[in-house]
Amino acid sequence: MKDNIMLDLRNIHKSFFIGTPNEFEVLHGLNFTVKEGEFVSIVGQSGSGKSTLMNIIGALDRPTAGEYNLDGVDIEKAKDNELSALRNKKIGFVFQTYNLIARTSALKNVELPMMYAGMGRSERAERARELLAEVDMTDRMMHKPDELSGGQKQRVAIARAMANDPAIILADEPTGALDSSTGRMIMDIFHKLHEEHGKTIVLITHSPELSMETERIITLKDGTIIGESTGNWQGLKAKEGE
Amino acid sequence: MLFSENILVALAGLKANKMRSLLTMLGIIIGIASVITIKTIGNTMTQFINEKMQSMGANNIQVGIMQKEGKKDLFYGRESDTYVRPMTDDDLISPDMLKSFREKFKDEVTYVVLSEYVTDGNYQKSEIVQGDRTAKVSVVGYNEDSFKFNKTKILGGRAFLKRDYDEAKRVCLLSDRAVERLYDGNMDEAIGKPIEVTVDGTYYTYYVVGVYEYVEQSLSLTGSNSPNPVTDLQIPYSTARNENHNQNKGYSYFNVVTAVGVDNNSFSKEMRDYFNVNFYSRNDAYDVIVLTASSMMEEFNSIIGMVETGLTVIAAISLLVGGIGVMNIMLVSITERTKEIGTRKALGATNFSIRLQFITEAVVICIIGGIIGIFLGVGLGTVIMKFVNQTAVISPDSILLAVGFSMVIGTFFGYYPANKAAKLNPIDALRYE
Ligand SMILES: Nc1ncnc2c1ncn2[C@@H]1O[C@H](COP(=O)(O)OP(=O)(O)OP(=O)(O)O)[C@@H](O)[C@H]1O
Ligand SMILES: [Mg+2]
Repeated sequence: MKDNIMLDLRNIHKSFFIGTPNEFEVLHGLNFTVKEGEFVSIVGQSGSGKSTLMNIIGALDRPTAGEYNLDGVDIEKAKDNELSALRNKKIGFVFQTYNLIARTSALKNVELPMMYAGMGRSERAERARELLAEVDMTDRMMHKPDELSGGQKQRVAIARAMANDPAIILADEPTGALDSSTGRMIMDIFHKLHEEHGKTIVLITHSPELSMETERIITLKDGTIIGESTGNWQGLKAKEGE
Repeated sequence: MLFSENILVALAGLKANKMRSLLTMLGIIIGIASVITIKTIGNTMTQFINEKMQSMGANNIQVGIMQKEGKKDLFYGRESDTYVRPMTDDDLISPDMLKSFREKFKDEVTYVVLSEYVTDGNYQKSEIVQGDRTAKVSVVGYNEDSFKFNKTKILGGRAFLKRDYDEAKRVCLLSDRAVERLYDGNMDEAIGKPIEVTVDGTYYTYYVVGVYEYVEQSLSLTGSNSPNPVTDLQIPYSTARNENHNQNKGYSYFNVVTAVGVDNNSFSKEMRDYFNVNFYSRNDAYDVIVLTASSMMEEFNSIIGMVETGLTVIAAISLLVGGIGVMNIMLVSITERTKEIGTRKALGATNFSIRLQFITEAVVICIIGGIIGIFLGVGLGTVIMKFVNQTAVISPDSILLAVGFSMVIGTFFGYYPANKAAKLNPIDALRYE
């Protein structure tokens, strides 16, 4: 199973039009793959193109040039509705700013992707409860986002990302707005998703320690991959096992 | 389902911005309330008038003189495009014409009802003064047929005799109300005595021969429960004609009451043709027209319908403005919630579901506005009708129409903003600050 290619990016370019005729290229032909069940982190300086890359991986944006295959689907050929379905079923997003829907309870927020997937009312409510229990948010599930702390919001967001049991979790600086102990708790949840649920996870982070906890680290500089290294996840595992 | 979920989201949004929601709805509320008020008043009037016309007698035909030819008029069914000349006595229906008409149609015609006010045009000023007591009256002459047709009930004394009519006797019947005011209800004090009445400064004297029971006017919208109504001082028709110096003149107007079983629609035309063929074919300007209760009802209904339509068009303009207000606030709301739209798209919302969400929201605003408007309109219509002592007639049709119309407005004016939201690029929406 571990050898299945989940993400396959070839020669990905991305440019933005910042006032004609200037074209501003942010990604200069990236090549990399992520295998199913892998926990990968992307690091790099601010402005190096991490989020831009992540948006392409998440099918929120299309590359200007290059080929991208997500779990067997050619993204550059997919239509808008197919991309919607793909984001709904295969991808779970976790944002730095949580992005919970205002005025809507934690439970309803977690239900949302299932609603878009067309799941029945009682079924999705039950699954949302289970997911919230898994991130230890059972007693807060009726609260609205503005009644929750940052860490609590991010836990709800992770539960929501897991709603349709996606193949891959994309997290863009999920701990960036949290203090280190709360960040630690969120990281632990990611490890649990990786180890117990076998999720493929791509994590963007500024923190070298957090990236070291992953299996593989991709380093970006000015829109180019300047290095790939192995993380210390295996080492940590071994330590834990002792 | 997605749909009911959207309604809940929309309601939560409205609740969060109560003031803004209310202001947004105002145009819709006012528009729908006006439509419902207009319809309620229109329906009540229509029902009232139709009932009254029916009670006035379905077997009643009005006959009158009008200028010939022309286009259709609102009320009398005709309109002359040019004014030929004023009406003269020669244009009137003469007593001889009336006589031959009665003979020709004696089986069909039960009564020919004639009445005439003694007046110089301002009969309301007539008054009986007895010492320090006064009673307002209108001095009006009735022929024998109208007395019978009106089913006037004599409470004391006697009715007019044939002699009174034929010889234009100066006799009168007082109403019980007038007797109440003048003699504290003691009829004996009134009967057999002369009574003096001033009509616009002119004094007339009549002998009171009897007292009749006053019946409220049937065609009064306010139902006149006045404790001191102006009642008729009834005198013979011939007497009234004398007072007005009209004794040899013809009639410009009278009522014909037909016998049971006569089809008024065809008979009224037959009657009109009888007069016009026999007596008016050579008249250069005037001829006879007829009006039945049902034709009058049709005319009334069409007038009310036209007024209603006109007012409704005005109200519809306010609905249009309301709709534009909804569209405006939807555009604001979508801009404010750009990030939410981006998040929803990231979670798998299709363009269709985003469009549906915002159209639903616009429709919800409009329907809530519409419902408030319906309550307001029904309330307002009821209150206005209460002022004229009528029970408001609320038609379920117009309520359904109002709800339907709000939905259409919501969909129509919600579509553009909703579509704009649906077409947002997911990443642009997510990155929106
Ligand atoms: N929509 C856009 N239009 C124009 N330029 C853009 C757009 N999105 C990103 N950029 C530019 O692309 C570059 C990379 O941005 P990106 O957000 O990917 O950086 P990042 O690596 O995520 O940085 P950070 O660590 O600060 O989040 C930046 O220089 C940014 O200005
Ligand atoms: Mg970034």
